[in-house]
Amino acid sequence: MAAAAVAGILLASVTLYALLGGADFGGGLWDLLAGGDRRGRAPRAMIEESITPVWEANHVWLIFDLVIFWTAFPHAFAAVMTTAALPLWLAVAGIVLRGAGFAFRKEASRLPQQRAAGATFAFSSLLTPFFMGTVVGAIASGQIPANAGHASLPAWTSATSLLTGLLFVGTCSYIAAVYLVGEAAHRGDRSLQHYFTRRAQAAALVTGALSLATIAELHTSNPALFSHLTGRALPLVTIAGLCGLAVLGLLTASGPRGIRVPAALGVAAVIWGWGVAQYPELLPGTTMTLTSTGTPHATLVAIIWLSAAGALIVGPSYALLFALQGRQVLQAGDEGTDFPARPGSRGGRDRRTSRLPRIARDDLPQWRRPRKHTAD
Amino acid sequence: MRFDAAVVVAAAHASGEVVPARAQMAGTLGFHIILACLGIALPSIVLLAEFIGLRRHDEIAMRLARRWSQAMGVLIAVGAVTGTVLSFEMGLLWPELMRQYGAVLGFPFGVEGLFFFLEAIFTAIYLYGWRRLPGWAHFWSGMPIALSGILGAMSVIAVNSWMNQPGGFTEQGGRITSVNVWQVYFNHAAIYEMPHMILAAYMVTGFTVAGVYAAGILRGRRDRYHHTGFALGFVPAAVLTPFQIFVGDTAARAIAHDQPVKFAAMEYVARTSRNVPEWLGGIYANGRIYAGLKIPSMDSLLAGFGPGTQVTGWDSVPAAGRPPVAWLIHLCFDGMVGLGFLLLAAGLWAAWEWWRRRRLPPHRLFWAAGTVSGLAAIVAMECGWVVTEVGRQPWVVYRLQTTAAAATTNGGVITSLSMVIAVYAMLGAATLLTLRMLARRWRRGDAREAAVPYGPPPVPQDQTAVRGGP
Repeated sequence: MAAAAVAGILLASVTLYALLGGADFGGGLWDLLAGGDRRGRAPRAMIEESITPVWEANHVWLIFDLVIFWTAFPHAFAAVMTTAALPLWLAVAGIVLRGAGFAFRKEASRLPQQRAAGATFAFSSLLTPFFMGTVVGAIASGQIPANAGHASLPAWTSATSLLTGLLFVGTCSYIAAVYLVGEAAHRGDRSLQHYFTRRAQAAALVTGALSLATIAELHTSNPALFSHLTGRALPLVTIAGLCGLAVLGLLTASGPRGIRVPAALGVAAVIWGWGVAQYPELLPGTTMTLTSTGTPHATLVAIIWLSAAGALIVGPSYALLFALQGRQVLQAGDEGTDFPARPGSRGGRDRRTSRLPRIARDDLPQWRRPRKHTAD
Repeated sequence: MRFDAAVVVAAAHASGEVVPARAQMAGTLGFHIILACLGIALPSIVLLAEFIGLRRHDEIAMRLARRWSQAMGVLIAVGAVTGTVLSFEMGLLWPELMRQYGAVLGFPFGVEGLFFFLEAIFTAIYLYGWRRLPGWAHFWSGMPIALSGILGAMSVIAVNSWMNQPGGFTEQGGRITSVNVWQVYFNHAAIYEMPHMILAAYMVTGFTVAGVYAAGILRGRRDRYHHTGFALGFVPAAVLTPFQIFVGDTAARAIAHDQPVKFAAMEYVARTSRNVPEWLGGIYANGRIYAGLKIPSMDSLLAGFGPGTQVTGWDSVPAAGRPPVAWLIHLCFDGMVGLGFLLLAAGLWAAWEWWRRRRLPPHRLFWAAGTVSGLAAIVAMECGWVVTEVGRQPWVVYRLQTTAAAATTNGGVITSLSMVIAVYAMLGAATLLTLRMLARRWRRGDAREAAVPYGPPPVPQDQTAVRGGP
């Protein structure tokens, strides 16, 4: 029972990572496809502005997912980490390059440096979701042995795994495009709204097709999972499909109002559909189930309490962050030229006189041997 | 004896990947720990600057706070990704550690995850709220970052100290049957490791910040801007240094009791005996110590307050159970302690001048020392990690699991190691380059700002103050 609850918590935080962190990856993909410096300027600027304040917080979901995974299901964790070592290393490389590229691009002042950092950011945004997808595909298609001793290439290069990798990339770009449509509408930017609407539609179609292809492929690679997906998980699969259609309909018909909710719901339904279909198996193809993990009860209870505490502490903080971002309180800018003298004074110098410092000017050190004062 | 059996089993399991795996873990951890220190302590120093700026309407302190928070944004981003690498490496390099003990050491990591969330969320609010959040509201939005930095560090150190003093669980037939998460979190070594590392983070950050401005002052930028920047970093770090030495001394004595073999390597105690001498420096080879300074009975005195104190030597365990390269552990320990005392001396010098003459020392030597103090603090902290990590070998979980048994059986760690070296070299260079670029831009921006046609004319005194420097 506790193990099932923890599995639910894990799936919930995976969902949040997909909906929040995934959108940031998708933003990188649209950045990659935005064209040359001039043409891609406006969409890139909006992508950057919408990712900047939130990507680090969104990224923490991944850490949290990993920690819950290894704490609650250490045997399965070790098996996945051993068998799928290569794609995981590549996903890690993507994470490092993407985060660093993003941070450096913002601070780089010259165009070539910005380009190099930006290309790193955008390309690695593609890398990470794809390879994470192949790992999930390997798990779902039962390619991870329980007592894995060595990495395996076929485990994550099967058709199911590769399709899942593409599905991850598609989902990230879909959710990002939908969020960006909402963002453009919120700002009243008609041309960007149109720009991202077209991309959201394309991404919705591609992602929908990839979902169906993955399910079809599971029919051969993991028939049990397939029968559950079309059995007890069918309501969720149906919800996912309906949500996708609703988003497409809203995009073409009535505009972006309330579009983010069905999009997020659709992605969540896919993830939970997988979870429900696979329950209670932990690693399909092995005897590892949620009841046979052997994890001490106290550890599972601790995770549940920790997650409850997290919901209480992190939830409101997250709400505050998004509320501030929604009201455009959070803005990046360069110190010196863009920043006010005091927080909140929106630019200009502080008129109040600066009180004399503790270290009076006469107290400044005088070298024993006076040295020529070099100007900068 | 359980201990011997474990060594034999480990030897059988040794996969040949343990050496590159250890090198990779050491390299990535050694890189990340510098950024982690800055992530833990820099917010506090930025907040200190902002507090002074708001409270005293001090424009220079405020300017420093703004600039530092911009640098903090870059450093925290790089720290976030290098920290993620470590999370993955726990599983990719040490799958057997996680398989066996993941359910035990996972809880502190989970607590750390919560604080990491708070840190990331409020860092975003603080960094990007400079323009729109009103003064004190902005200041308070930074407090959760400082607090969660400390609490998050405690949680990660809880895991490391648990590996040194595992407890809080029962193991039957190779399976963990019960766990007491609070005994895991507040394990026996946590009491001294947690304050030691958090103080180290504040020292590294404070001295590093001070070093940047001391370098500017040495180059002749002797203005209030540089002195404020120096003091905001140097004063907290120097004040904490004596506490750190006290905590470190307590920790060393605790290790003499908890992990006698590690202590023996730290102090070159080959045989269990009384009146053990203290060796300063020196290389241990072929059963002899070369080029070391020997202080008779000093080690016994330090370990137990009496020259007759018996100190356990590394002969108490068979050779397979001893850490390799005793000289490395010893020299790192001496390096850490020596640098700690040099930093203490720099702080005392400044305190003396301030007490007698209300000024900072005017001597060039002081500013040269200030310039390298950041580097010295970083080296001391890295030395400390070498002592605790290499000193725990051959164990990953002290006396329960060997490092060799924990390592991955996957080949090709050498490939990931080479990739990591290349990527991290670029990452380090790009980080330093970005910080330098920021500094240069600030200098230019100031020049532009000072030349705004209809802006308020800068006060002559402030004219020197606002120019130049990172």
